[in-house]
Amino acid sequence: MSEFDSLLQGMNLILTPGHIGLMVIGVLLGILVGVLPGLGAPNGVALLLPLTFTMSPVSAIILLSCMYWGALFGGSITSILFNIPGEPSSVATTFDGYPMAREGRAAEALTAAFSSALIGALCGVLLLTFLSTRIAEFAMSFSSPEFFAVYLLAFCTFIGMSKNPPLKTVVAMMIGFAMAAVGMDTVSGNLRLTFDQPILMTGISFEVAVIGLFGIGEILCTVEEGLVFRGEHARITPMVILRTWAKLPRYWWTIVRSTLVGCWMGITPGGPTAASFMSYSLARRFSKNRENFGKGEIEGVIAPETADHAAGTSALLPMLTLGIPGSATAAVMLGGLMIWGLHPGPTLFVEQHDFVWGLIASMYLGNVVSLIVVLATVPLFASILRIPFSIIAPIIIMVCAIGAYSVHNSFFDVVLMLGFGALGYLFKKLGYPIAPLVLAAVLGDKAEDAFRQSMLFSDGQLGIFWSNPLVGSLTTAALLMLFWPLISKALQGLIGLRKSHIAKPKSVL
Amino acid sequence: MRNAFVRRTSRLFLGCTLIAAGTLPALAHAAWQPDKNVEIVVAGGPGGGTDQLGRLIQSIITTHKLLDVNTIVLNKGGGNGAEAFLDLKMNKGDAEKLVIGTNNIYLLPLVSKLGYQWQELTPVAAVAEDDFILWSYKGAPWKDAKGFYEAVKADPSNLRMGGSQSKDVDQTLTLLLNQTNNAKLVYIPFKSGSEAATQLAGKHIAANVNNPSESISQWRGDQVEPLCVFSQERMSYTEKVAGDKSWSDVPTCHEQGLGIDQYRFPRTVFMPGDVSPEQRTFYVELMRKVTQTDEFKAYVKQNALVPTFLEGEPLTAYIEKDTARVTPVFKEAGWLKN
Repeated sequence: MSEFDSLLQGMNLILTPGHIGLMVIGVLLGILVGVLPGLGAPNGVALLLPLTFTMSPVSAIILLSCMYWGALFGGSITSILFNIPGEPSSVATTFDGYPMAREGRAAEALTAAFSSALIGALCGVLLLTFLSTRIAEFAMSFSSPEFFAVYLLAFCTFIGMSKNPPLKTVVAMMIGFAMAAVGMDTVSGNLRLTFDQPILMTGISFEVAVIGLFGIGEILCTVEEGLVFRGEHARITPMVILRTWAKLPRYWWTIVRSTLVGCWMGITPGGPTAASFMSYSLARRFSKNRENFGKGEIEGVIAPETADHAAGTSALLPMLTLGIPGSATAAVMLGGLMIWGLHPGPTLFVEQHDFVWGLIASMYLGNVVSLIVVLATVPLFASILRIPFSIIAPIIIMVCAIGAYSVHNSFFDVVLMLGFGALGYLFKKLGYPIAPLVLAAVLGDKAEDAFRQSMLFSDGQLGIFWSNPLVGSLTTAALLMLFWPLISKALQGLIGLRKSHIAKPKSVL
Repeated sequence: MRNAFVRRTSRLFLGCTLIAAGTLPALAHAAWQPDKNVEIVVAGGPGGGTDQLGRLIQSIITTHKLLDVNTIVLNKGGGNGAEAFLDLKMNKGDAEKLVIGTNNIYLLPLVSKLGYQWQELTPVAAVAEDDFILWSYKGAPWKDAKGFYEAVKADPSNLRMGGSQSKDVDQTLTLLLNQTNNAKLVYIPFKSGSEAATQLAGKHIAANVNNPSESISQWRGDQVEPLCVFSQERMSYTEKVAGDKSWSDVPTCHEQGLGIDQYRFPRTVFMPGDVSPEQRTFYVELMRKVTQTDEFKAYVKQNALVPTFLEGEPLTAYIEKDTARVTPVFKEAGWLKN
């Protein structure tokens, strides 16, 4: 198999002490930027980029991609421990990871998150190794209607599988859409919702909103509940890691499904954030422990993490083969590629054989290195929870403020973050779900662009969403997901003619 | 004075002396030099063409030690670059700030209400120009640019032109083409040129007007082909780029009878308003040095840019001419804000 030969060649190229050293440095830096909310992988990679100009392209991409893996891993640490997603894509990890930490199962949650992340990432790389050319052709068939259908699928999965009151979900989502609309509109080229304020021109940064809604909101709630972190009596031993590993095979189906969702969303490219949300809602819908979701269910950590990393990895594929970045970090790396004198695109695999296979080989090793590094630090991170709340809370708020500031180097963002903190607290008190807001804020403007571009393609005919088998099946699947609660009830009524039991939580739009 | 100062100082104060000595030449000579870190603000998000140029300039300044102070690259891409330009406007007199942009720095205020005019800023230089090429996908039913526009005139309902952003260079060129060819080609704005390139390679759109570097990899991958270049003469690069074709083999759109002689956009460097002529001259010379390095020449060649260096009077004239040319187009499209 030629791919296998090339892979071995790539391994050969990167298995030097220098490159392994670069990997460890990259991963450590990545964890650092991942842990600091707001800084995130795209900023970290952009900061590191000037350093790589003097390196060979292979060493440079190893350093940058390992930083990316490190940041993806690091992002889950703060989500689980403090309910602050370090990366947009780890928002879904907070839903069950944080409750687990509060129950004193932080180490278990972290181990499950890291291990499933590795599985997801490795599957993504496998895909990259053996199917890259075919997938590149498939990705070419994607145009605006297909993109819109993918985003619609992500939204509908979330609504249809949600346990929250449908109206509250819709309200939260609408606020998210409004947030996404602030700033320059791609299709009309006009500024929207900026009220002539230059500071609003960049739009409301998603990271700032997440830091406020989750981080500050959570601190406010904890203050109200009596100034304690309930996880403080947790006992952490390395044995926990082994015990968690022993549990993982039980969730093989969740892992497989999440990997599929992740790879699919990474390639198409819906991105890691959409992937983790979708995977979480699917897991909640089809899990045996459905009722326990949101209260500290390990499956609710495994599902988003696997999908997040599978998507994060396979997002590099469209970047390499098509020159279209699947994620913000990939976009920065793409810029790097061009500065190093490489032209990403269909010819990259042929012309830059060493570079591409060196990169792919470094993905295998880099992810394993990341897992070892983060697992070694699990006891350390989990022990942070034992620090008294009165010390840790101010530190968290400080880190949040720095994180919000560093997104655009703007003080306005810090104020915005506090505002979102208050909103997050209100949402929690009034029982509104935050997740739909986040999802809408991330994907809202992309979905809108794709929809309006489709309308330009079709002269305003909605039929374009059923104009070929690919987009047709995606749209239909999205609508099925949306009305799933109704459909499943109807099916139950049809099959078991007996008196139906109490209605499942349903949602109607 | 400097010598006396050094003699009197003990070893302990050597560090202070060095710092003081560093600032002295600035006082002694008339030539102005920055004494704070220079901020290079990129009017675009990370990864785009403007970002690459900004980071290239930074790396050249660093490796050739063209400045005694450090440089920092910042991305301010909000509102199609307006964020960066407003930043310039608000930092009047700050001579340690440069903005890397395109012609958007002087055209954006025409189409969006932004509260600044380019005259309030100081143009430093145009360091290169980008050509525009009319691309179509491989195996299209038309053979050349002329054939394409005949097809558009016959039945535009299934043909779409793609491009990067709205009310920007790509859409302006599409409108100009519609005007000169009496055609009604619908324009679809995408986020970036690379997205437009992939949409064309996937045959979702009929054509785009990407810059050479935005579509080069699809050309080499045999997915798209150039129909014509919007330039008076053919491009000067004779090296084989895709198969046995070079950039110089691409016919000009003028030859093809599209009625547009030349359409290019400049890569510009601006600084805030109210800076002294010495300060401006310093950066003009800095940019001149940057454009004369081998790295920059390699970049120009790799991206098939037009090597241009404009400053002072010719640059202002260029900006005014460019503005005068597109204003009627903007007016007809109803984009003008003032």
